[in-house]
Amino acid sequence: MSRGRQLISLFLTMMKIGLFSFGGGYAMLALVETELVSKKRWIGKEEFLDMVAISESTPGPLAINSATYIGYRLAGVIGALTATAAVVLPSFTILFAISFFFDAFLSFSYVAYAFQGIRVCVVFLILSAGFGMLKSVRRHPLELTILGATFLGMLLTSLFAVDFSSIFYILIGGAAGLFVFLLFRIKRGKGGTET
Amino acid sequence: MIYLELFLVFLKIGAVSFGGGYGMIALVREEVLARGWMDEERFLNFIAVSESTPGPLAVNMATFVGAEQGGFWGSALATLGVVLPSFLLILLIACLLKNLLRYHAVQAFLGGVRPAVVGLVLATAVGMMGDVFLSAADGGAHAFDFRAAILFALLLLAALGYRKVFGKKISPILLILFSAGLGILFYGVG
Repeated sequence: MSRGRQLISLFLTMMKIGLFSFGGGYAMLALVETELVSKKRWIGKEEFLDMVAISESTPGPLAINSATYIGYRLAGVIGALTATAAVVLPSFTILFAISFFFDAFLSFSYVAYAFQGIRVCVVFLILSAGFGMLKSVRRHPLELTILGATFLGMLLTSLFAVDFSSIFYILIGGAAGLFVFLLFRIKRGKGGTET
Repeated sequence: MIYLELFLVFLKIGAVSFGGGYGMIALVREEVLARGWMDEERFLNFIAVSESTPGPLAVNMATFVGAEQGGFWGSALATLGVVLPSFLLILLIACLLKNLLRYHAVQAFLGGVRPAVVGLVLATAVGMMGDVFLSAADGGAHAFDFRAAILFALLLLAALGYRKVFGKKISPILLILFSAGLGILFYGVG
């Protein structure tokens, strides 16, 4: 396949993924796997799982991360650019269009009533996403402490309207993880064979 | 300058949005509420729209807020900002640091980030529950909204019932449609 043809194929496939990735995140994982692994055979099953692991450990949405990765693997930096632009394009176009009609749409009284119910649903969705994420947390004193401290800290700062960005919780959590890791390493280095 | 502000705010969001999906919701909420780009009600409305349209929440949010605040270029720059950090990082990993994630120190850092993100999501949800259940009544005083509480309970039942009957999680879109119907029933008719 010529390079031009390959880029076009990459662009179209990623656009398709971008267009049908409702629900974001894991909802589109199956779609990505079907398109890239089963249909196009651009990467193997194993590399696909590696890619998911990388996406999970780096910031940014899964769809974007996997597009960048696949694009790069197939056609270098140009491929990464093409694939990332393609996966973003559908939602960009749709949301840009919606931004013109959103308020007019909400001003219909029955739509407004519907959205009163929908807002409750959104809170429910976020709460259940949070509970779902709890499963990924290991039952380990350090992780449970970070989780509890972040939860309480965030609630208290918002209750008392203290300005404390959630970025800090993320960075403090990471730093605590790193600190404890280094502490154990030093301890082990000195004490010889401990656990 | 609004273009630069949009770009930088969403660059920041893109750089620390670990955990995907709802993982970044605490930060986005903070930023858009603090800057007056949205209020809580609009923010929740928007999440529903984002769930019902394709694309990741972070990108949808960037596009929408950018368009409202700065037209096409605001929208384009905010979206570029939110995508750029992960784009560069993935590129770096793919071409240079294949083993970056195998370092124990990196894993230790991420091991601390993960529970923090979960804590943030749960705290945000609890904070939002306060806003949704305590509706501002006519006098401006907060009153407990029983309809919202009943609606919440019905949604919980629907989600649990769906799982019991079909053996898998109910799709967010289906649940949103259900809640829209309940909203019309509770607030429009009742």
